[in-house]
Amino acid sequence: VPASGLATFSEAEAARRDPKGSLSLADVTYAEARTAAPAYPEPARRMTLNGWAVVVIFLPPALLLFTVFVALPITEAAYYGFFNWDGYGRPEKFIGLKNYGYLIGNATFNRSLINNGLVIAVTLIVQQPLALAVALMVAGRTTGAVWFRMIFFLPYILADVAAGLIWHFMFDGSFGLTSVITGALGLKPYYLLADKTWAFSAILIVILWKYFGFYTMLYVAGLQAIDRALLEAAEMDGASAWQRFWHITLPLLGPMIRLAIFFAVIGSLKLFDFIPPLTGGGPFETTNTMVSYLYYFGITRMRFGYSSAVGIVLFVICVAFAFGYRRIVMRDD
Amino acid sequence: MNFRQFAFAAGCFAALAAPAYAETHVTVLHVSENPAQKAIWQQIADDYNAAHPGVKVELKYLENEAFKAKLPTMLQADESRPDLFYSWGGGVMQAQDKAGFLQDISKDVAWESDLSPTAVDAFKVDGKTVGVPFEVGEVAFYYNKKLFEKAGVKAEEIKSWDDFLGAVKKLKAAGVTPIVVGAGEKWPMHFYYSYLVMRLGGEHALADAKAGKDGGFKNQVFVEAGKKLQELGALEPFQPGYLSTKHGESAGMFGDGKAAMDLMGQWLLGMQAPNSTSGKGLPAEDIGILSFPVLPGGKGKATDTLGGINGWLISKSAPPEAVDFLKFFSQAKYAKAAAEKAAYIPVVKGAEASFTDPQFKRLADDLSKTTYHQNYFDQDLGPSVGRVINDVSVAVAAGQMTPEAAAAAIQEAADQQ
Repeated sequence: VPASGLATFSEAEAARRDPKGSLSLADVTYAEARTAAPAYPEPARRMTLNGWAVVVIFLPPALLLFTVFVALPITEAAYYGFFNWDGYGRPEKFIGLKNYGYLIGNATFNRSLINNGLVIAVTLIVQQPLALAVALMVAGRTTGAVWFRMIFFLPYILADVAAGLIWHFMFDGSFGLTSVITGALGLKPYYLLADKTWAFSAILIVILWKYFGFYTMLYVAGLQAIDRALLEAAEMDGASAWQRFWHITLPLLGPMIRLAIFFAVIGSLKLFDFIPPLTGGGPFETTNTMVSYLYYFGITRMRFGYSSAVGIVLFVICVAFAFGYRRIVMRDD
Repeated sequence: MNFRQFAFAAGCFAALAAPAYAETHVTVLHVSENPAQKAIWQQIADDYNAAHPGVKVELKYLENEAFKAKLPTMLQADESRPDLFYSWGGGVMQAQDKAGFLQDISKDVAWESDLSPTAVDAFKVDGKTVGVPFEVGEVAFYYNKKLFEKAGVKAEEIKSWDDFLGAVKKLKAAGVTPIVVGAGEKWPMHFYYSYLVMRLGGEHALADAKAGKDGGFKNQVFVEAGKKLQELGALEPFQPGYLSTKHGESAGMFGDGKAAMDLMGQWLLGMQAPNSTSGKGLPAEDIGILSFPVLPGGKGKATDTLGGINGWLISKSAPPEAVDFLKFFSQAKYAKAAAEKAAYIPVVKGAEASFTDPQFKRLADDLSKTTYHQNYFDQDLGPSVGRVINDVSVAVAAGQMTPEAAAAAIQEAADQQ
């Protein structure tokens, strides 16, 4: 994996090489590192007997688990999606694509899609840069860095529902943190979770708070894997802190960033746990995500056919993203 | 663990798992978290087991949401299917019956004449009995007597909707929050909509709408009820931030004396104290009960009541002992015990005389004299249409939806069923 990261870096760097050659030493190091990377052996063209034995022994458990817990439920959901079914007995009322028809143009579902988009946007635009910035500060071996890392990571350990309940109290206008702020400013009590325009921002705040520590840890791990010799060499060549970050750290962190973004987007798409304790989808169904929509408008209403249809839509979006992203963005990782 | 240890452990497990001798098991699955109620039920089960050697009645508990989520699956298989299980009646019960999970016990329940007929009828599907009720409840206004006094509002003078709106205005003018509602969970608001429909349209309003008469839910009664709810909402009678308040929090606010009224079921009496900031809540003598006001020109009476009717359903594979147990369960002595301890309001006729708690006595009296008792709309209509009623009740009260659009949304959900 690191070899490809270096390749991307060297190519990009070659294109914009400083004519004065002030980074030459670093370049040489990379070139060496690159050529020094061992070539992978050619894969065997034909399966040996040994190879087949491995397949026969190790594939069935994984395949069985995958079939029973992934492939079958999805196939079943796809089937139920064609029925009007309340969960009792077998599905009998075949209604074709009507469940999907109800979804198109449904204001609440559209709002859920937009909310999922908002989560992705905030995660990518605010959370990831923040996590990277914090990681740069606490990745070193300076005193206290370990403590900070732990403190930032703490929210992630907390169960999502517990965190949601805590924040529900924090946002309360009469005795929560919000009331302290409005009280200090001499304003009227403000109930963020009851405000249909801004309630979803409360959920975004909690997501930001809860998960940035996780990504910070990912980036800390990535940063610690970078060879310090490269940075030292660049420093000797007179590269500024920003140049070192932009030309060395960031490209070398590339695989980790792409992985973090992958986690972040998939996590945002399946976001659910914060919604019930914080807002329950309200006020006026403005704070649902696709999964909470599936839960509140499908499962709790015992419309299992409909919720299956929502699940399939969600599944298609996730799979399209996962495959597309891995194909295009994580191609070389 | 070597083989011998393993064999020993497996043997022990098998010995524990296998019944010692053949006996008939009757499993009863419930969702009650009320300690007094559970204690009485356990007593009944123990008494029955003692009197009937060879039969073992077992009470099993599942948390409310888990119960609702798991039951459809549990009913599918013989091994997991409970013999008797908790029910709110209404649409879910009808779906269970349609899927063939329930037993028709019409022939075995002649003794049901001792029970309240409204409650008994709530557990019939197409005229056949599939369950036996054990408790009823009533939704009414609980009010804080001290706050009413402070604002100069006299509860006994509130008879009509206009009197009620007048009281709301008076309370507001006196700086008191008139009403507390846990609208964050939506269903507390649907009590207003339900009662307005009942007071306007009388006892046939809901049944007619379900049957699709006069435009179904789009008929005048539902639209008019929405207008009245909107009228109430326009006075801004609810506590600030009510759209995010949860049910438990709202009960606590009532217990803290932060609002004058709460339209709620009888469980509020038990909930207001533990949820209050002090943990003590309001003393019982400071809480009054007020029936939902009548609407001039409406078909409903002041004595029509809204409230839950809970009972036991009999699953298709239940042994005859299960029905026998229900007969044993429905004895007057147990109903009296429940009433004396104010554990719940039993459906056995005459049990109301045993209440000593004044508030429960009042509710039990109302229920025994009811001219028409209606199950919660959201239960009666089943989870799909029921939840839409809850949604639109909040939206209409907050002025986010017109009464016409609300009625149309309910009809649309009914059409999609």
